[in-house]
Amino acid sequence: MSAMLQRWIWPFLLLGVFLVTWEIVVVVTDTPTWMLPKPTEVFTAFREDRQLLWRHTQVTLLEVVIGFGVALLAGVAIGIAIDSSRVLERALYPLIIASQTIPMVVLAPLLLIWFGYGLAPKIIVAALIAFFPITVSTVDGMRAADREVMAMLRSFGANGWTRFRLAKLPAALPSIFSGARIGIAVSVIAAVFGELVGASEGLGYLMARAAPQFLTARVFAAIFILSFMGVGLFAVISALERLLLPWRRYVSDRPSG
Amino acid sequence: MQSPTTIPRVQLDHIDATYVEDGVTLEALRDITFSVHDDEFVALVGPSGSGKSTLLDIISGLYAPVGGEITINGETLATPDRLGASSYMHQRDLLLPWRSALDNAALALEVHGVSRKEARRRALARFAEFGLEGFEDAWPAQLSGGMRQRVAFLRTVLAERPLLLLDEPFGALDALSRVVLQTWLLELWERERQAVLFVTHDVDEAVYMADRVIVLTARPGAITHIEQISLARPRAREMLTSETFHHHRVALLEALGLLNQPDGAQPAFGARVMA
Repeated sequence: MSAMLQRWIWPFLLLGVFLVTWEIVVVVTDTPTWMLPKPTEVFTAFREDRQLLWRHTQVTLLEVVIGFGVALLAGVAIGIAIDSSRVLERALYPLIIASQTIPMVVLAPLLLIWFGYGLAPKIIVAALIAFFPITVSTVDGMRAADREVMAMLRSFGANGWTRFRLAKLPAALPSIFSGARIGIAVSVIAAVFGELVGASEGLGYLMARAAPQFLTARVFAAIFILSFMGVGLFAVISALERLLLPWRRYVSDRPSG
Repeated sequence: MQSPTTIPRVQLDHIDATYVEDGVTLEALRDITFSVHDDEFVALVGPSGSGKSTLLDIISGLYAPVGGEITINGETLATPDRLGASSYMHQRDLLLPWRSALDNAALALEVHGVSRKEARRRALARFAEFGLEGFEDAWPAQLSGGMRQRVAFLRTVLAERPLLLLDEPFGALDALSRVVLQTWLLELWERERQAVLFVTHDVDEAVYMADRVIVLTARPGAITHIEQISLARPRAREMLTSETFHHHRVALLEALGLLNQPDGAQPAFGARVMA
């Protein structure tokens, strides 16, 4: 418990200092609320708009989770495919890298034309952005598998699937988790961007509607929620990693072999 | 020891091997012929670059020779077909960091199709014998170098192949762990009496452990000398100072070209063969 406290006290302390400074600056400079609301006014917006905020939060969270889920499955599958065959590597890798150069600003309106105002275009944007780091880290993780371990398994008579199951995939998991942590963070940004371009619900939509009405406190409330969502999802991935890879805590104590 | 009528566990006939470095084909092994029977502990010594490890790779089926034949248990097997016919242990312990000591020991059995539960049961049954009791659930990173090597040994032995290929299994250990594990391996071998082919670059280790020591030259590796060790079994540490031990040691150092050096200096006790 005290370890938990030690871990979290510093970011919260820093956040507290930041909010107090912000409050003082706004009061001293007499900045109008529509330009920059005081943190206390943001908290008021939280309280008064909580039903509205919660409804839109659920939508964005759903888009992020589905988009990330698709990205995780596709990214790991494509990563495995690239690692397993030279031909697939040559065919797929350049296209995948090229896909990342398509600007989101151009792609999102097109997806809107093709898939309408619903969840689909946001999920697609989130998945497209998140699958890239997951694919790259999966390929890197697979390649990091110890060559001598693979040779040892072959000398035991292990076939390709057994080698994959016993050594390649487990060796790649830490790297896949790294890719997943990056992926979850960028998929939040991507989903909100998809909503900003055109949507009827979600936190991005809420911000796009609130800003022209000078409901700046509500915009800030939405930003805070998105930050917590990002941190929370990141923490979920990290917790899963600790749960699924308990041996990681002991590695790097001693070199292997 | 062995009667000439028994089928050797492994028989090498005129093995030639090459390797490619920077597009140039180089000769690694030339005309290697010897055999290892059950009940026989054979050591292979030679300087770095004599192709000792390549030879084990070839016997295990990981690497294809360019010429010659390999017969295992009386059956001449082509290169990929030899995979799984012997138990091969590398110099590095090659433990999987995500598997507990017990699951690492059970690895070869699992590869051979034994269920995970049964493989763990068989590994557990021999944990005490390998000095690993109480460390079943430890991660490899929590174990000392000597213990990791014992887990790797257990994994190799549990594969239950009649031919053991050991590539400098003590090479990465400190001197003390080395001595302890040499004695321990000899005790283990006295019970199992499997055919062992043991690669080392430590002449003393070779004489102390083996029934027969095969000496290879460097680039390409070719057999220059075979020393039949006449020390009695079971071996004891005291034999290291015996007249017989010294005699074998001198013969091997001579074969390796490490005696009669310009300064006439005797290699120190525990001398290793360096290229």
